[in-house]
Amino acid sequence: MSRNIAAFLLVCIGLVMFLAIAELPLYGSPDTPVQNYVAKRYVSGALSDTGALNMVASIVIDYRAYDTLIETTVLFTSIIAVFLVLKKGTN
Amino acid sequence: MTDFVLKRIVALLLPFVQMFGMYVIFHGHLSPGGSFSGGIITGLGLIAFSLVFGLDRGTEKITDRMTTLIESFGALWYGAMGLVGVLRGSAFLMNKGSGVPLGEPGKLYSGGLIILITLGVGLKVGSTMVTLFTALMEEEG
Amino acid sequence: MGDLLQRILQNYPYIFALALFGIGTFTVLTHSNLLKKVIGINIMEGSTYLFFIAAGNIRGGVAPIKDMVSQGDVVYVNPLPQALMLTGIVVSVSVTALSLALIMRLYKLYGTIDAKEIHRIRKEVRANGNSNQR
Repeated sequence: MSRNIAAFLLVCIGLVMFLAIAELPLYGSPDTPVQNYVAKRYVSGALSDTGALNMVASIVIDYRAYDTLIETTVLFTSIIAVFLVLKKGTN
Repeated sequence: MTDFVLKRIVALLLPFVQMFGMYVIFHGHLSPGGSFSGGIITGLGLIAFSLVFGLDRGTEKITDRMTTLIESFGALWYGAMGLVGVLRGSAFLMNKGSGVPLGEPGKLYSGGLIILITLGVGLKVGSTMVTLFTALMEEEG
Repeated sequence: MGDLLQRILQNYPYIFALALFGIGTFTVLTHSNLLKKVIGINIMEGSTYLFFIAAGNIRGGVAPIKDMVSQGDVVYVNPLPQALMLTGIVVSVSVTALSLALIMRLYKLYGTIDAKEIHRIRKEVRANGNSNQR
């Protein structure tokens, strides 16, 4: 019973999202709002700014290095949380 | 697990998997891949070793103390590389603006601090995978 | 109507992302097995990656890695969503590891990983007034 209710609600939400897909900009076209000046700046200036060929690496490590610094902290925090949950002797 | 074929294949493949992981880490700025993918490949090689040969042999090969040291080293190495920019009179984590030599594009040393930071993050991700696996498996048996 | 259908079909990667999201949500909502719930959450995360990468794509573009050989006009796809999704993958790994650890702890306490069963056991314990069971 609850399975049917969940399926019905999902179909309703999915229909709304399906209509939203029609309003999204055309897939693969070069002038969508995603391809704004930020992306053009990264593509054109990555090599001269960082010297790395891989633009994703230059974004992750150089342009947005603070993001990656905190991301390593996320891994650290997950290890601490797993040890807190699983450590023996703490009941 | 006592399967002969599995044991021999894993023992044969382990150095090559580690070498490929290191290759992906060191060429992260030149080719697809990078610190996270390379670190996960390196960690998964060790996880396969632990799965096939048993957890005791696996933790013998890479001990808890070693993973703890590598993890702390990765985070601290990232911070130290950020401080290079501060010491040279520029902003924290600044690469080109702090006057680090960028190298010739396409060569192994290019991109200034990128390759050094990638090494630290890759080692840290690999040891994180091993640590999570070991923690979950130790509780099991 | 035909215009609407054509616009939807032109955006076909988003349809796949929507389908994956629906499958993940359905799994999380209907299964009471906690491991299956974790798998559903992972499927939903996969749909998010697909949506972002598809949004950054350009038709005829190549991967955002400069090669020193080819000259002329090369169109690179947007590297920014790919870098953002790298962060998302790492967070997803952390969340999965933590939830697996919590599930193992629950199994140790209750002897089952079924959410309804755990709920029933908790209710029974509360009804009996047994307060030393944590």
